[in-house]
Amino acid sequence: MSKIIEGLKYSESHEWVKVEGNVAIVGVSDFAQKEMGDITYVDMPEEGDDVLAGEEFGALESVKAASDLISPVSGTVVAVNSALEDTPEAINEDAYANWIIKVEMSQPEELDALLDAAAYKALIKE
Amino acid sequence: MPHPYLPHTQADIQAMLEKIGVKTLDDLYADVPQACRKKGAYALPDAMSEQEIRDCFAALDAMNARLKVFVGQGAYDHYTPSVIPYLTQRSEFITAYTPYQCEISQGTLRYIFEYQSLICELTGLDVANASMYDGPTAAAEAVMMCTECVRKRNRVLLSATLLPHVLQVIQTYAKFHGVDITVVPAQDGQSSLGAIRAELSKEDVAGVVVPSLNRYGIVEDLTGFADTIHTAKALLVQYCDPSALAVVKTPGEWGADIAVGDGQPLGLPLCYGGPYVGFMAVKKDYMRKMPGRIVGQTADKEGRRAFVLTLQAREQHIKREKATSNICSNESLMALWVIIYLSLMGPEGLAEVNRISADGAHYLHDELLKTGKFQEVFPGKPFLKEFVLKPLEEAIALQHRLEAAGFFAALPTPEGYVSFCVTEKRSKEEIDQLVAAVKEG
Repeated sequence: MSKIIEGLKYSESHEWVKVEGNVAIVGVSDFAQKEMGDITYVDMPEEGDDVLAGEEFGALESVKAASDLISPVSGTVVAVNSALEDTPEAINEDAYANWIIKVEMSQPEELDALLDAAAYKALIKE
Repeated sequence: MPHPYLPHTQADIQAMLEKIGVKTLDDLYADVPQACRKKGAYALPDAMSEQEIRDCFAALDAMNARLKVFVGQGAYDHYTPSVIPYLTQRSEFITAYTPYQCEISQGTLRYIFEYQSLICELTGLDVANASMYDGPTAAAEAVMMCTECVRKRNRVLLSATLLPHVLQVIQTYAKFHGVDITVVPAQDGQSSLGAIRAELSKEDVAGVVVPSLNRYGIVEDLTGFADTIHTAKALLVQYCDPSALAVVKTPGEWGADIAVGDGQPLGLPLCYGGPYVGFMAVKKDYMRKMPGRIVGQTADKEGRRAFVLTLQAREQHIKREKATSNICSNESLMALWVIIYLSLMGPEGLAEVNRISADGAHYLHDELLKTGKFQEVFPGKPFLKEFVLKPLEEAIALQHRLEAAGFFAALPTPEGYVSFCVTEKRSKEEIDQLVAAVKEG
């Protein structure tokens, strides 16, 4: 069973969002990391880049696949988790402790379109 | 009589048609509109016997002129040691297509790995791919890679001193990939840092492509290029003659991010244009954006040295439309040719090839000037095996005159110069004969 944390928001493309004020902290779900297998590389944007809800902001590469990262919200990247450059496997170890980007949201109402833990659990149907 | 290479008899074909429920072969094309179909028979000659084919090709071959080659312009008449064709034609190599179950083909992966290692050594960069189609297409791939590596920038600068066919192929690729290209004018026969700096100031440039040895044969001085280009957050791509890298500063030494070029000067015969082999090497920072395959070294479960295709997520077959490039093949047999050549020559041998070529070229250059039939174009600029002069007679007439005397020399350039090249294959006697032929006009 994949871990799902109450209180986070989830996207249908398996990113999670933790909201702190006007900043959205974005990572990928435990389900996503299990599906990907051993993650070997995280392609991330740079601080200051703009991201759009529903658009790709980077990619995950594993030994068997490559998958786009889709931003759940629109805004400006205010931080990237550069530790993932050297230790991308940290996402496999704990997908929720290892966020990927932090976004200063320009349209916080976009959060309303995301799933809560129960709805995400229903989506992945484990 | 049945055809020797087409095993199906009329009865076989009829049986297959019946099986799938059609009457004639034409019925298979029922979905093609009538207007698009060819009516009537093809005007093809009858099939020839083996003997007739041999005679036919021998007659075609006899039409080829046997000229002494004194021209380069991207393809160089260097010597091919005879062991290379012997080894590359071994059936293990020549019959093998791209290994789909790649790790079974340890021999193939091994030689590709060795090829990559030597390309890294020649270029002074960190990672090379398993080879590309040829130099110009490798350069075009490097241009697209620049726009992938540098976010939100879509313009690439090309030095006007790049070989004409390299410029053309890059422009063709760029047009259909939506990359903006600006050709930056040269200064005194070499890439102009001033002109490049002016373009960089617009802050939309992803990369700059300059040659190592340029279309005039000049060894380019790239002092300050890497710093200027990197300060502007763009990448420096160098187009190189890999043979010359044994004696001139490498892309690594110049601070280039990507090196590309054609492997042909590494012992591949001219062969009227191919097959050649492109190479690409990059700094480690950019290896995930590099097109093509990469072979890596690892250990199997018993700890033995083994080879695998690595970093495959970059590639077309996993990333598809997100990949930098859709190249999913390489010029493996020609890469093998290169690796055997480099193994035979070693650093000293390759340096000696350059020394002999340069001696011949400088001798020819000076002797041609003495004839009084040329003007110097770029006095004092350093060149290795290739140079241009301005002829006082019509360039094309000079070329034809020398051709009639048995030389492929004095290739006219778009600027109205003529280009000469001397490799280690040309003896002093041959050079003297060429000079004599020039004087006779």
